[in-house]
This record gives sequence, structure tokens and C-alpha cells, in this order.
Amino acid sequence: MLLGNKRLFSISEVRDDFPILSKTIRNGKRLIYLDNAATTQKPQCVIDSQRHFYESENANIHRGVHALSEIATEKYERSRELVRSFINARSRREVIFTRGATEGINLVAATFGRANVQENDEIVISHLEHHSNIVPWQLLCQEKSAKLRIIPMNENGELLLDEFTKMLTKRTKLVAVTYASNALGTVTPVKEIVQIAHAHGVPVLVDAAQAMLHFRVDVQALDIDFLVFSAHKMCGPTGVGVLYGRESILNTMPPYQSGGDMIRSVTFEKTLFNELPYKFEAGTPNIAGVIGLGVAIEYLTQFDWSTIAMYEKELLTYATEQVKAINGVRIIGTAAEKVGVLSFLIENIHPHDVGTILDEEGIAVRAGHHCAQPVMEHFGIPATTRASFAFYTTKEEIDYLVRGIHKVKEVFHV
Amino acid sequence: MSEIQTLYQDLILDHNKNPRNFRKIENADRFLEGYNPLCGDRYTVYVKLNGDIVDDISFVGSGCAISKASASVMTSMLKGKTIHEAQELFTIFHKLVTGEHISNQEREKLGKLEVFSGVSAFPTRVKCASLPWHTLKGIIEDKNTVVSTE
Repeated sequence: MLLGNKRLFSISEVRDDFPILSKTIRNGKRLIYLDNAATTQKPQCVIDSQRHFYESENANIHRGVHALSEIATEKYERSRELVRSFINARSRREVIFTRGATEGINLVAATFGRANVQENDEIVISHLEHHSNIVPWQLLCQEKSAKLRIIPMNENGELLLDEFTKMLTKRTKLVAVTYASNALGTVTPVKEIVQIAHAHGVPVLVDAAQAMLHFRVDVQALDIDFLVFSAHKMCGPTGVGVLYGRESILNTMPPYQSGGDMIRSVTFEKTLFNELPYKFEAGTPNIAGVIGLGVAIEYLTQFDWSTIAMYEKELLTYATEQVKAINGVRIIGTAAEKVGVLSFLIENIHPHDVGTILDEEGIAVRAGHHCAQPVMEHFGIPATTRASFAFYTTKEEIDYLVRGIHKVKEVFHV
Repeated sequence: MSEIQTLYQDLILDHNKNPRNFRKIENADRFLEGYNPLCGDRYTVYVKLNGDIVDDISFVGSGCAISKASASVMTSMLKGKTIHEAQELFTIFHKLVTGEHISNQEREKLGKLEVFSGVSAFPTRVKCASLPWHTLKGIIEDKNTVVSTE
């Protein structure tokens, strides 16, 4: 059903778009998929787009004189325009396709980072970061004898902005911060962070891997300098991501990988690099994946997102209340602003055991440190069990989770 | 019994709740830390030898019920055994948790370790059960670094 030009959000209709959600697992158990922060499921249109490309449109891009190559190039570049519009970038030149958020961060570290960070300079990240937004900066700091500074957080898992402000000096070359924590769900105040950093003349990279599924990100409204995200965490295929970069900064950056497609002309004496964004897209890219990302964006943007945001908020509140009410369960990560991530501990039962028993009930969750060991250390715990939701998650599935937790306690006689 | 009940048998739950030999041996001949980066299980195993006989063996650390119970049962089984017998037990134990065929003769030697038979139905948990044993193997082979299951 359409309302205005948007499709009305109906949970049952939406679930029908995702074939895997009606599958069974573990000897006929209904699949309860609560591991959306790891990767989301894919709607039929995205799945079909992959098959269709390889069946009818497969060719290499940007170089063919033949019809198929023209079609493939047109589809690939159409996705770039869809991404541009989705994040409201000024120009297609600011949209670079990568393998994922991790590669986007590595690209910026290897180019912007290497060119701009010198001895005793500082890079600021936060205590909430995924390892992918820690390690590239750590390696860069080691290489350049620079320092990594960490924005601290409080007991709820919220960043301390006052501390952040004090941290910025003339030596600060970049702030790299997550928009939403994969381990706790905390949504960070990116707008304020960018304003504070820019007041000190420092550019900001935002890791939006966990944000894109849950809310719309406008790079111009937020004045972000770099934004990275992965297609597979927003209903698209794996192996594709996006780096958005402010054009004026991208122009000053040396190339990342080199080879075909990123060049204008090559002689054995000298190579002229291609214009943006191709300068940063060496080699044949994941063409089908990029096209799939475009289809995922079209799928997501057909809905009025304010309705979905309300639904997700209600879902998280319900899940938090239900899970918190279970005797012996403690929620880790209680920030005021959160996406649909519920990390929790059951007293005297290790998360890995919780994960195994829930799995036996058909409930897919993540157990571990979630590639965010500093977050675990902050709370003095080795791991959590994490249930993470998407707009296609239902209250009924949360009820399954609650029953599953009771089952875990039963197995452990607590 | 369901697969889950077979995995979490009472003996395993008991050893998880009240681990045996859960202490440091101050004058240990050798000790080594074992770590599973996947789930963060981390144990240090201590051994005191008398010739080639395990005079005392203990562990400290934290992790899931399967790994903790495995360390607890392992240490209670190996006291008084020779290094050769410990190695032999690890070979049989490894067959048990990975679902390989075990001869009747081997099965007799398993004793209490038999409670880990349910692990083989859970491939993701094999590393949990074998972490303490891998750590012990590292001690026997005199490795100095942290033993990792990855």
C-alpha cells in the first residue's frame, strides 16, 4: 500500500520481502534472526538483482565498446548516484566504492593519514570503537610515532564530550568516531563532535556501519568529512562498502591502491591518475555487489523512515523491559540514544553457553567481545550476549528470546 | 536426552560451578596461558612434575562452562599420571570431542572424560573443550608463549 509516494510500513508485508525469515533451522525450529548488527538479511529484490546481473548484464565496466559493458557501466554508476542521494553528498565524485567500512577506514589511514600525520601528532578515536576503527589508526601512529587519544565514556556507554573538547590540540590531525556502537548500540552525538572538531580545524571520519540500517545520515547537514559504511549491514550484498569523502580533501590525497581504472595514462616513466572517484577505485570492482547496494538503497528508501524509526524504538524499549525483568539478567549499554542492540549478561552463565543454548532454540545471537575488546574491558567483562534488531524484527521474536533466556537458566539450574 | 542436555550434563555443570584444582601452584615447574580469541576464554595451567609424573596440576582463569569444566576434569584426571599417559589421554579426548571413532580399549581409559561426548554435536564448542588440553600440550612441549586455539 502506498501513502503519498511512500510504501506504507507493514511488518508482515516487510517480512515477506525477506525469504530467509520464513525458513526453519535446527530440525524444524523457526528461525529467530537477532544478529542484524553482524549482517542483515537480504530482501528478494537484492537477491534477484545479483542473479539478473550475472544472467543478463555481466560485463566489465568503464572500458567496453560493446552494449553489455555500457549496460553494466550504466548500472554501476546509477548505484553511485543512488548512494550520493541517500547520504546527500554534493557530488558523485565524493562516493568511492570499497570492499566495506573496514577498507574505507584503511584507505583514509593509508592516504590522508600517511600524508598528514607526523611525529607527535595526535589522532582521536573513542572508547566505543570497533577494532576496525582502532587498529588502522594504531598502525599509523606506530609508523609515524604519533599518539592515539581515546574519548572516554561513562557507565551507560555514552561518550564524554567535555573530555573530548579538552583533548583537541594543534597536534590533532583527525577525529575518527563511530556513529552507533556495534557492541552496545549507543548512538554518538556526531553533529556536536563534528562542530567541536571543526572549531579546532580538525576533520572527522564517521564510521556509520551500524547506523545506516537504523537512520538516515546526511553528510552535508552533519558537515562530515569522511563517512564509511558496509552494504551488507543495510540489506545489501557482502564485499561492498562506501567511502564518502569531502571533495576538497579527496583531491589532496595520494592514491590508495594502484593499477587499472585509477589511471588516466601510463608510460614506463610516468602515470597520470584518473579523476575522482576513480582515482581510488583500482582494479575491477565488485560490480554486482555495487548494483545490489543500489537496489538495497531503493528498497530502504521506499518507506517513510520516521515510521520505521518509531517502530524500532518501540521494539527496543519492549526488548529492554522484557529482558531486564528476568531475574539475574543485566543489560550492558544503557545509553539514552540507542539503535536496536541489546547486549546482556546472565549471572554466572558465560555468553558463549547462552549463545549455544539459544541457537538450539533457533535463535541466532552473537556471543563474544564483538570486535570491541576495549568496550568489554571498560565494563570489566570478557564478553556479552548480543541480540540485535532490524526493522523486520517482531515483538513475537523478542518473546522467543525471553523464553530462550529462561531455557538457558533452566539448563544451568539457576 | 536432548543434544543440549547431553552437552550440559550435571557433571559438567558441577565442575563449572565448583571447579577442582582452581588455584595457582606457587612452585610450579611449568605454567602456560591458553587463550581462545573467538570467545575470550583464558586459562593458565600449572604443572609440578616429579620425574615424568604429574605430581600436581591446577588452573586459574575464566571462560565458558565447557572450557572451565574441561580444565577442572582434566586436572583431576591427570594427577599421578605420567606425561606419556597425559598425551595419550589428550589424543583420545580429541577424538571424542571431534566425533572420531574410539576403540573400546580407548573408551576404557576415558573415565570421567566421557561426559564431554556431547561436544561433538556442537562444532563451534570443540575449541572450548580442548583449550585446557592444548595448553597442557604446550606445557609438555615446553612452549613459552601463549597458546591460542586460532
